[in-house]
Amino acid sequence: MTNDWSPRIVAFFCNWCTYTAADLAGVSRLKYASNVRVIRLMCSGRVDPQFVLDALAKGADAVLIGGCHPFDCHYVEGNYKCLRRFQLLKRMVQELGIEGDRLRLEWISAAEGDKVRTVINEMSATIRRLGPLGIPAKVEEWDREMEQFAAGIEVLESQAEPCESHAGVREGANV
Amino acid sequence: MSKPKVAFYWCASCGGCEETVVDLAEDILGVVELVDIVLWPVAMDFKYADIEAMPDKSITATLLNGAIRSTEQEEMARLLRRKSQFLIAYGACAHTGGIPGLANQFPREQILSFNYQDAPTVVNEAKLRPQLETTEEGRTVHLPRLHNVVRTLDQVVDVDYYVPGCPPTPKLTRAAITALLEGNLPPKGSVIAPDHALCEECSRKDTKPDKWDFSSFSRTHQKLMDETCFLAQGVVCMGPATRAGCEAVCTSGGMPCTGCFGATSRVRDQGAKMLSALCSNIAAKDEDEIEATLGSIPDPVGTFYRYGLAGSILRRKLNLPPDEQG
Repeated sequence: MTNDWSPRIVAFFCNWCTYTAADLAGVSRLKYASNVRVIRLMCSGRVDPQFVLDALAKGADAVLIGGCHPFDCHYVEGNYKCLRRFQLLKRMVQELGIEGDRLRLEWISAAEGDKVRTVINEMSATIRRLGPLGIPAKVEEWDREMEQFAAGIEVLESQAEPCESHAGVREGANV
Repeated sequence: MSKPKVAFYWCASCGGCEETVVDLAEDILGVVELVDIVLWPVAMDFKYADIEAMPDKSITATLLNGAIRSTEQEEMARLLRRKSQFLIAYGACAHTGGIPGLANQFPREQILSFNYQDAPTVVNEAKLRPQLETTEEGRTVHLPRLHNVVRTLDQVVDVDYYVPGCPPTPKLTRAAITALLEGNLPPKGSVIAPDHALCEECSRKDTKPDKWDFSSFSRTHQKLMDETCFLAQGVVCMGPATRAGCEAVCTSGGMPCTGCFGATSRVRDQGAKMLSALCSNIAAKDEDEIEATLGSIPDPVGTFYRYGLAGSILRRKLNLPPDEQG
């Protein structure tokens, strides 16, 4: 870990509340940690658990989800769907060895620009303490055990004659 | 013209996929008439050296089942890839990791010590373990090394097609072999099975409600189940997140789907998608109540990724002790 490492947090904010709040934080010139990359979705209910896993797998250190307060969802139920998925997803990623603090769900209304700042600053500090998640580097490390044969094959392939194309092969497969 | 050459090979699997080839019954005779089988360790005696001696790409198709978990399996996967025009990941283990993929939750040392020492059915006071190399009477013999990570076939070599299922049905096997022989092939990388959810072909489909409103989940041994949609009965059924093609054999036989066919082409991570579908349909809106409902899913990884952990987005538990090399 280098000293200049800084957390990368992917944030999924809903269009109607949290994204608007982040906008408000901006126009109010509130300063907060620059570690978040915000992705705007129409609703926190649109946060597919696949998005969260994908963000982590592609190198994010943490994921923050922001939605409307209970009873306040523009689509009535979306934030509840998000909450339920979040609760099980958090438990599941913990079972797969990811600290629960790397996932956070916050209800932030359009008027709460200050809460955006507080949450992002807090989360940035938490992740800084936890250190990098570094899944891409881990996968690279896992795959090192395959180097032996992979290298052997490359040598053989470079010696091999150029092979038939798949189209030719298909014709050949007709009996 | 000589017959096209076909190879069957097995890696980390239970042998069930081999059974399915045999389950082609009389049809297998038709296949044998049309092709030359050049490798099939479960049924016929060929040596690996025979394969090594073949020119590259001289096997028309290799149907490889099982996940890749040892140096031997990896070496064979690479060898068969080189010798085959088409490499087909046959069955759930080669396709998505299968049951062996669940080992990606544990370090290798724990797996070895349980299996060779600590399992209640094992007596091994001397704590003997298989060695990679042993010399006896002047001859040295080798055993393959167990990898730290269980991999799907396409995490090791390039794969042309997938035939899903634990095991694939004879019907799908027949369809895949026919497509190969007739040269009537879908785009590279296709899964040779229908591309919609299992619910579409489930006999219980008519009783599937628009909304489930789960207040708790039961496992199959905790409940007397009737003929209606399993999810409507609060039993976790992977049908909505699983590809069709098995003709709903489990659900018509009284068991919920466990997801062996993997996801459809629109879904990258079957487990995440199933989690999403189940959770959004929980009735509770309050954190504690939701937690109480979710408490009835004791093992989300084993439930949602029963066949798909190795091929999932996260692939493996992340905080395992460092892998042993060598």
